[in-house]
Amino acid sequence: MKTNYTYQFIILAVILLFCFVLNISLGSISIPFSEVLKSLCSTTDNDTWQIIIMEFRLPKALTAIMVGSGLGISGLLMQTLFRNPLAGPFVLGISSGASLGVAIVILGSGLFGGLFATALIAKWSIVIAASLGSFLVLLAVLAVSNKVRDTMAILIIGLMFGSITSAVVSVLSYFSSAEQLQQYVFWGFGSLSNLSWYELLIFFIIYAIGLLLSIASIKGLNSLLLGDNYAKSLGLNLKQSRLIIILATSLIAGTITAFSGPIAFIGLAIPHLTRQLFKTTNHKILLPAVFLFGAIVMLICDSIAQVPGSDYTLPINAITALVGAPVVIWLLVKQRKMMF
Amino acid sequence: MKKETSHSILKAHQLSIGYKTKKAETLIASNINFELQKGQLIGLVGANGIGKSTLLRTLIKVQPELSGSIYLKDKELKTTSISELAKQLSIVLTEPLTSKNLSVFELVSLGRHPYTNWIGNLTESDTTIINNALTLVNISELKDKKCYELSDGQLQKVMIARALAQDTDVIVLDEPTSHLDMYHKAYILKLLQKLTKETGKTILFSSHEIDLAIQLCDTMIVMTKDHVVCDQPCNLISKGIFNSLFPKDLIVFDEITGSFRVTK
Repeated sequence: MKTNYTYQFIILAVILLFCFVLNISLGSISIPFSEVLKSLCSTTDNDTWQIIIMEFRLPKALTAIMVGSGLGISGLLMQTLFRNPLAGPFVLGISSGASLGVAIVILGSGLFGGLFATALIAKWSIVIAASLGSFLVLLAVLAVSNKVRDTMAILIIGLMFGSITSAVVSVLSYFSSAEQLQQYVFWGFGSLSNLSWYELLIFFIIYAIGLLLSIASIKGLNSLLLGDNYAKSLGLNLKQSRLIIILATSLIAGTITAFSGPIAFIGLAIPHLTRQLFKTTNHKILLPAVFLFGAIVMLICDSIAQVPGSDYTLPINAITALVGAPVVIWLLVKQRKMMF
Repeated sequence: MKKETSHSILKAHQLSIGYKTKKAETLIASNINFELQKGQLIGLVGANGIGKSTLLRTLIKVQPELSGSIYLKDKELKTTSISELAKQLSIVLTEPLTSKNLSVFELVSLGRHPYTNWIGNLTESDTTIINNALTLVNISELKDKKCYELSDGQLQKVMIARALAQDTDVIVLDEPTSHLDMYHKAYILKLLQKLTKETGKTILFSSHEIDLAIQLCDTMIVMTKDHVVCDQPCNLISKGIFNSLFPKDLIVFDEITGSFRVTK
């Protein structure tokens, strides 16, 4: 029973490193592998390559790592907290809340007149709107979870937020121009690129806070596997633990959605894939494993999305869904029952 | 008098139980008085809906008492924090496990949570206690199995092992014998009796197996519509308490065999 999973962790870490370098060395402009490594160490002679690597590909790869690991971890937290193998940041409504914020900003400009129009194009307004949207949904879910003890009801409320979002989007799209609609649709595709180092820093700080809160919740998450009453009998402060877990999730998933758009299926599929590899329910093992696994999968998805050697970049959301949905179906068919 | 209190571990005084909402108070049972002694096996019996589960839930602080008080080791339950309580009282409930993907060892090791550090690392002594708990209920060979691979009877033993690993003076079990066949019903209750003898723990369980409880328990708490009686099984029989347990149109209690039979 004393399995430490050291080998698995070493292998995953090596794969992560490999995928990281692979992701950086692939792109529309082909750069020799040796030059990629040189650029990373700032010793290359080619300035263009240096800029491409340092200003575009490296931030994008780091974003991919944070997005993949973050979505995986928030999915893991939600699945345990809501005792539901199908839970994820989407189900809770955090991503929907973010989308709603973005929709109002991008599409609503037609309704609110030209006052916002100039500011609207700026990326910042989208980021702020998405963060605000997820935060408001978080507050609503928190308020409800204090009143309704049934976790099933909270899940349904999350789904309702999704419906409200799509309804508002339909109404707004009726009034908005073709360009605005296109802008929203593009945001909805998700994107890991276009983050400056400054944006990346903000992203990282919020992400790190969420990660620390998740690590602090490990013991509580383990006792929650028994059910609420058992967890309480083990001395767990239920209300406080729930609050910390929800806060961690919304911080991580909220910022990710704000910066990279609503990226589907990673939050749902990664924890399940990890459980196939690590036959344990102990979050002390699962959390770092999900981190590594999520980062790897996201880097691979992003490498595919770039369509190496061509000028095309496919929407990342389409790739994650193409990878994630069959995985979920395969797991369901194989096990006949999803477990967590 | 002094001698009595030193051995009493769980005491209810003028206790009323039920559900309280903002609008109304639903009284389930009132005027409950009992004093449970250390190291005994205590069975709680009564008809369906009489309030056995409510009583147990109140005793384990899942729901508040309406009035009166409960004393755990001379300290009032109301003033005991949940982290203190976790070291004094462990539970086995009827509610299904949230995750059946837990391995037996993982599940039993969760019982050590009140004692482990912030991240839940098991020390060597924790592992020893876990292995002892597994040995006490004879499930050492199951320890690497997943819970979904277990039968109901095995799962019940695992849950008992988890409660043992929590290393508390009192263990409360809510209907540990439901869903089990006749053999396993007797097996579990006999196991509980063995545990009280070997570990000196006080074990309180609710059950519908009145005839088994009469044979195995040191003390029984009988809940009827009018009152709650706590005494030794033989005294309860001679007082004729069991006759008032159910309506008399279908089954009657046979004092000689200590069991119920269908009226002809």
